[in-house]
Amino acid sequence: MAFFFQNLVNALQWGSFYALIALGYSMVYGVLMLFNFAHGDIFMVGAYIGFGVASGLVALTSTGAVALPNWSILMLTIIVSMFLTAFVGMIVERIGYRPLRDAPRASAAITGLMIGIILETGNLALLGARRVRFPSLIESTTYNIGGVFVTNKKIMIVVVSLLLMFALNQFVRRTKWGMAMRAMAFDYVVVPLMGVSTNTIAALTFALGSALAAAAGILFGLAYPVLDPYMGIVFGWKAFVAAILGGRGSILGATLAGFLLGFIEIFVAMIFPSTLRDLIAYSIILLILTFKPHGFFGEPYSARLRL
Amino acid sequence: MKKQFAAFLLAILFALIFAPHAWCGKNTIKIGINAPITGDIPKVGEGTKFTARMWLADIKAAGGLKVGGKTYQVELVIEDNESRAESAVKVNTKMITEDEVLVIVGPQASKQAVPAGEVANNYKTPLISPWSTNPDTTKDRPYVFRGCFLDPFQGPVLANFITKEFGLKKAAVLYDVASDYPKGLAEFIKKAWEELHGSGSVVAFESFTTKDADFSSQLTKIIRSGAEVIFTPQYYNEVALIVQQAHELGWNKPIVGSDSWGSAETVELCGKDCYGLFFSTHYAAAGATGATKVFIDRYKKQYGYVPDDAAALTWDSLLIVQEAICACGKITGNMEKDRKCVRDAMARIKEFDGITGKMTFTEDGDPIKCAVIVRISDKGEFEFYKSVCP
Repeated sequence: MAFFFQNLVNALQWGSFYALIALGYSMVYGVLMLFNFAHGDIFMVGAYIGFGVASGLVALTSTGAVALPNWSILMLTIIVSMFLTAFVGMIVERIGYRPLRDAPRASAAITGLMIGIILETGNLALLGARRVRFPSLIESTTYNIGGVFVTNKKIMIVVVSLLLMFALNQFVRRTKWGMAMRAMAFDYVVVPLMGVSTNTIAALTFALGSALAAAAGILFGLAYPVLDPYMGIVFGWKAFVAAILGGRGSILGATLAGFLLGFIEIFVAMIFPSTLRDLIAYSIILLILTFKPHGFFGEPYSARLRL
Repeated sequence: MKKQFAAFLLAILFALIFAPHAWCGKNTIKIGINAPITGDIPKVGEGTKFTARMWLADIKAAGGLKVGGKTYQVELVIEDNESRAESAVKVNTKMITEDEVLVIVGPQASKQAVPAGEVANNYKTPLISPWSTNPDTTKDRPYVFRGCFLDPFQGPVLANFITKEFGLKKAAVLYDVASDYPKGLAEFIKKAWEELHGSGSVVAFESFTTKDADFSSQLTKIIRSGAEVIFTPQYYNEVALIVQQAHELGWNKPIVGSDSWGSAETVELCGKDCYGLFFSTHYAAAGATGATKVFIDRYKKQYGYVPDDAAALTWDSLLIVQEAICACGKITGNMEKDRKCVRDAMARIKEFDGITGKMTFTEDGDPIKCAVIVRISDKGEFEFYKSVCP
């Protein structure tokens, strides 16, 4: 039984990352009807920005210029990096997607792939091929609860992820900006006539998605402290799968599907030989999509943003 | 007419640019370096590059390489294989056909060395891989050599060491199924362990694929299997993640690694989690003497850190190449002939006293040499623990 719960805890942590990144895919699709294939790399950029901010703050503290406890460094890192990465997301939208808004869908998709490559190789040129170690901001403590090992990091990762998802939900549901996003998703022809700027909403959507990806990147750096410029590729693909599985444009769907993906991967490896993990895991997802081609919360003729 | 003439000039210009041998004469010997400068193991690539430059500086200081009474200048062609098999093949083909190198040193990791070795052998160009321990690299390839021991030797070394040192009976193996080196070595460790303790003594044989970051399900399975030791023949970036996650899941028994751990970056990425762990490798920097110490000190002075095993093996491989070229006795300028001559001379070397120990060569071009067991000290240094000879 402890074995089962151990895997459950592992899956919760792993699924949080997929869910946070899948949200970015799903939101952009819901509002702008395009898949931002650079999103996985924005996650990578977020992790590196987090690395830079955290290292800077740690260095500042060690010189004695400011006295910050480690947990407040972490909070500051998350907040500052989310803002900075949101800017990166807005720049990507401005340079990569806005000029192509009326271009064929395929061009926009390819733009995303190209931006992804630019971000990867740009990072490579900037920092070199060396991997970096994410500073361990919180001392890892392991609790043994009846044979199930849980670390304080794991708890924090899951809690922070859930909080962010809840915050996004509230933002889209309760604020005027969120209403504008939903309206834009509903009809992108009429809504601009009502005085809502498409450009502003597009930028906002990218900023939100990128901020979540940055949070995911920092939490990832805490749990798996080795960063490299290509870390976002496979992660981006898998989170994209989660976004589709949840139903394009659905926030709740992306969250649940992200966790489900984590669960499937972990539990497949628990039952079957680990060599076959991705083979079996993604066959299961293919099977689900065969029976639910629009995902869990998808609608046949619409992919607009929903809660 | 004018246009045709311009085109003609342009053609000649291009020919001159892309056929360097047309204007630099035949007095240079080109040596190709196929190194992973970017990609998964950039630190290894950096060490390779630095070592090669140090060697070139020595040759330059001596005025060139003397072959059969004539002095030749040496030129290095350093290419990046991005730590990918396809790129290693591409780079090798380019160096052989376009740059016309005489000998190739590298690639380092078996993942690249196995396919790149085939290219070199097909083009009849001698290649020596300093660090590749997979048997397939040199097997049935007369033109391919190596500077290190093989995985079938490293497997029993590790199994014997753990059995004697800790008296453990049940082992687990965690490896990357998509990479030649860890996969090959994992199987050799399993075989060696089962020969010692009977079949079924490897209680968990778990794998993942390159770029995976989460090993929690595999490690949870390993912990449940009742294993007493984990072998993980992985590269340093994965080592850091595996060791940390194992500890977070409550594992406090030994984790043992292989020569791929021996990079200068292992401890940097892994931190305190790796202190006190053991791995087998080619040489230990701490406590070195003689020529080995001279090399280490020089490298450290020039580049600011202690060279890893791949760098030391690259140094030995370059000296073997140098000896082979000198022993060949004559450079004719005919690439095919010269390459064969160097290959034959290399195959004739029976004994070589390098900085990674004395080695004797077998018919396949594989050296027989001792392995070293290293302990990562509580200061994060690689400490010599024991020497294991065949």
